[in-house]
Amino acid sequence: MAKTIEEINEKIRQGKAVVVTAEEMIDIVREKGVEKAAKEVDVVTTGTFGMMCSSGIYFNIGHTKPRIKIGGGKVYLNNVPAYAGYAAVDIFLGATALPEDDPRNKYYPGRFPYGGAHVIEDLVAGKDILLNVTTYGTDCYPRKSLSAYININDLNEAVLFNVRNAYQNYNVAVNLSNKTIYTYLGMLRPNLGNANYSSAGQLSPLLNDPFYKTIGIGTRIFLGGGIGYIVWHGTQHDPSVIRGENGVPKRGAGTLAVIGDLKQMSPNWLRGTSIIGYGVSLAVGIGLPIPVLDEEIAFYTSVKDEDIYAPVVDYSKAYPEREPEIIAEVNYKDLRSGEIEILGKKVPTNPLSSYAKAREIANILKEWIKSGRFLLTKPSAPIPGPESGIKFKPFSGREIKEEVGKK
Amino acid sequence: MRTERVVLHFPKHLADKPVIVNLVRKFDLDFNILKATITPDEEGVMVLEITGEDENFQKGIQYLKELEVKIQPLSQDVIWDETKCTHCAYCVNYCPTKALKRDEKTYLVSFDPQKCTACGICVDICPYKAMEIKLII
Repeated sequence: MAKTIEEINEKIRQGKAVVVTAEEMIDIVREKGVEKAAKEVDVVTTGTFGMMCSSGIYFNIGHTKPRIKIGGGKVYLNNVPAYAGYAAVDIFLGATALPEDDPRNKYYPGRFPYGGAHVIEDLVAGKDILLNVTTYGTDCYPRKSLSAYININDLNEAVLFNVRNAYQNYNVAVNLSNKTIYTYLGMLRPNLGNANYSSAGQLSPLLNDPFYKTIGIGTRIFLGGGIGYIVWHGTQHDPSVIRGENGVPKRGAGTLAVIGDLKQMSPNWLRGTSIIGYGVSLAVGIGLPIPVLDEEIAFYTSVKDEDIYAPVVDYSKAYPEREPEIIAEVNYKDLRSGEIEILGKKVPTNPLSSYAKAREIANILKEWIKSGRFLLTKPSAPIPGPESGIKFKPFSGREIKEEVGKK
Repeated sequence: MRTERVVLHFPKHLADKPVIVNLVRKFDLDFNILKATITPDEEGVMVLEITGEDENFQKGIQYLKELEVKIQPLSQDVIWDETKCTHCAYCVNYCPTKALKRDEKTYLVSFDPQKCTACGICVDICPYKAMEIKLII
């Protein structure tokens, strides 16, 4: 018999809901079977903690006296450039932004010690941030410059807004060339020296609801230590990729756009990172509750690491050249064991997302729901699934090759 | 027998003198040089693993001290900041001496300074800057 979200919420209010983590659900389904598990368990909690470059914040600093219009000017936060293309005192900062004087990869591999993601972490930690603005004056906004320290308590709205997060599965990166390379999936030693991966696997949100049947726009989630919401499917959402018999995508597939109040968040779950030779990124903690509405959902939430396959991709050539070759498919149980076999060679594996933190998030969310402080939401619109026909297109703009040649 | 990893700071006047060889000749100690460099201000820094009989070990260390070599255990110079570590375990397989380890049940990372040779790989690659080497090189 199917359950509704309203019924589950009523149980949560009464403190009677049965809430388990995605790890615990594996054993429950193994022991009791899908039918019984679907009856007994109301909510499965998931979690992931990894680097998500498509993260950013926006905030409103309030109006200065006299007024200033940052929009159309330039704005820096701890010398990191932010976006000044909104209204007078709204600012957007992306996680990967770098100070203009950062040498990047000029001294290879670059170190990228401080960027947008570190500003976000410092802001969340309550630290003072140096704000520098230069702009033009108008009759209504006469002021042309501003230098000040601000912290999160000085701001009106401060909002985390990530356009792509919680990737449903992802590439395993290797290096087939004969020199070390530095990528967003870490340092890759030559000749298949190591294989790097980044997914919480069996704990990962979208791998536990592979067809997005319970989540959608408006779903309340754990985000950065506070409460957030799914606002849209994420950029590069690609639900139509090849899937296993269990419905689980075998490639990077679905993504989520998420939003939440930065003032509720904590640097425990939002962390600036420096990736040698690559740049700056933000590690974000996300947890999704999955209502076990029926046996099908109970089955999906019992997915195990060994049932989830990821593609192994050569980041020395195939990835940068956008070639489609996949060297092998490996499962997360093998990846998490610390060693996999590729092309007959034993290759050490390195995780970039923290399984320990993913587990902690799933447990925190479980406690929030059990204690009644977190109720589930019925999505107001679904996330597009394979039936939508949505595909992640490669670049199809028309390059102006002659112009480039002339310069 | 004992084995210890130490960091030696040589003053300028010793930079071109044979010192370590005397640990073998005079005190019958084995050594393994893990790292050696001369800083821009001509101070020598060496990370050394020394093995030998306890008594000889003490004498060898005393000999170095008399030459005004500053000595400290290596473990004081490599720091794992657990408040910064997110236990992603990214570093674990890069660590050549297994000083960084992941518990296979809890998936939590731990650091054993006694096994560390201060190679510095973890410092380069940790995205969270949780590893720090205070060795002045």
